[in-house]
Amino acid sequence: MKLSDKRCSIQDAISAIKDNDTVMVGGFGVPGTPIALIHALVAHGARNLTLIKNDANEPGMGIDHLLQSGQVARLITTHLGLNSGAIALMNSGRLEVEFNAQGILAERIRAGGAGIKAILSDIGVGTELADGKQVVELQGKPYLVEPALRADVALIHADRADSFGNLAYVATARNFNPLMAMAADRVIAEAERVLPLGQFDADEVHTPGVFVDHVTELGELSEEYAVVRR
Amino acid sequence: MVARAAREIAPGMVVNLGIGLPTKVVNHLPADFPVCLHTENGMTGIGPTLPPERADRNLIDAGGAYVSTIPGSAFFDSATSFAIVRSGRLDLTMLGAFEVSASGDLANWKIPGKFSPGVGGGIELAQKARRVVVLTTHTDRAGNAKLKQNCSLPLTARACVSRIFTDMAMIDVTAGGFVLVEIADGVSVADVVAATDAPLHVPDGPLPRF
Repeated sequence: MKLSDKRCSIQDAISAIKDNDTVMVGGFGVPGTPIALIHALVAHGARNLTLIKNDANEPGMGIDHLLQSGQVARLITTHLGLNSGAIALMNSGRLEVEFNAQGILAERIRAGGAGIKAILSDIGVGTELADGKQVVELQGKPYLVEPALRADVALIHADRADSFGNLAYVATARNFNPLMAMAADRVIAEAERVLPLGQFDADEVHTPGVFVDHVTELGELSEEYAVVRR
Repeated sequence: MVARAAREIAPGMVVNLGIGLPTKVVNHLPADFPVCLHTENGMTGIGPTLPPERADRNLIDAGGAYVSTIPGSAFFDSATSFAIVRSGRLDLTMLGAFEVSASGDLANWKIPGKFSPGVGGGIELAQKARRVVVLTTHTDRAGNAKLKQNCSLPLTARACVSRIFTDMAMIDVTAGGFVLVEIADGVSVADVVAATDAPLHVPDGPLPRF
């Protein structure tokens, strides 16, 4: 038996994204942000997107390119503090923003990837983050219903992959990537190295390739992946 | 104040230091002090901060600073990171504040109309760390008290703060409200009372200084 080869060009992988799609994007700051895939999505031009990403990167970096190109109607996130441009778009009404508690965003995505419809949580009970949420009483205490999140497409950055789409991450570039890689109908992974089948130790795999639809190998990394000098 | 707050960290604790003043606490711990620092973006065992020329592009803390590993460090995904927080494995978090109420309510994420970047991991840290202490200036830049009977800003979490370190004093939050425990050098009890917008219980006798 043999496992299929999911390698393709970035452009071919991105070409399936449509207007109005929901797109999950891995990364927390620069580490784990799929910068090459983001640039390809800007070039592709799909509009009226809903993005799900922990943060909005910094001006001129990561998903800021998609925000500034006007392709994003809605952003589901946890924190925009390092991107004044994103805050300006939100304040002017040109970008709808839904804030989540960070670990709750992670669990909503994990639930979506695990075939669970919602989680119950006491995080934010009694604060304005509970406004408008369904409340369920369990053993005499109130819990918020946090619906699972899925996406049409997930854009993932991995350190290494094989041609079947098995993925592994390094250091703090892991963050939301393995969760999002399970929670979308079409999962596109960029990897710094794509190994031949059999060269990737099965015990070292963080995301099994069954979750991944397309793998694309990055060539030389652009300056945007490098250490940020502030 | 930051040096005094560092004494809050006991050997063996798992600790998350919030962005701002709390990150400076680590500078006041001995290099071989046994403590496990946690960061929301997926790491325990944070080592020293590195300058850009020595930094690893894939290794930052939740505030975006380039950090390093130490022997025993671990990396994990964001769900695991907050499982550590919500399950009670975090012994202590030190957070900044806009306001703290006499019942320990914390407001530190939003000033409506002025500042609303999102809450990040702040709610879960404030609500679920086993002990929450606040490091803050005693008043804001306009001189308004940050320690108040009730918070007026949107809350991060209710009744979560145990202790407050300010540039003027160390104050505990008790069932009976704010209690003055220690006082900074050069500050009088009357100064602290005047700068606090809630009743402040002052014990009899001399207070320790820091």
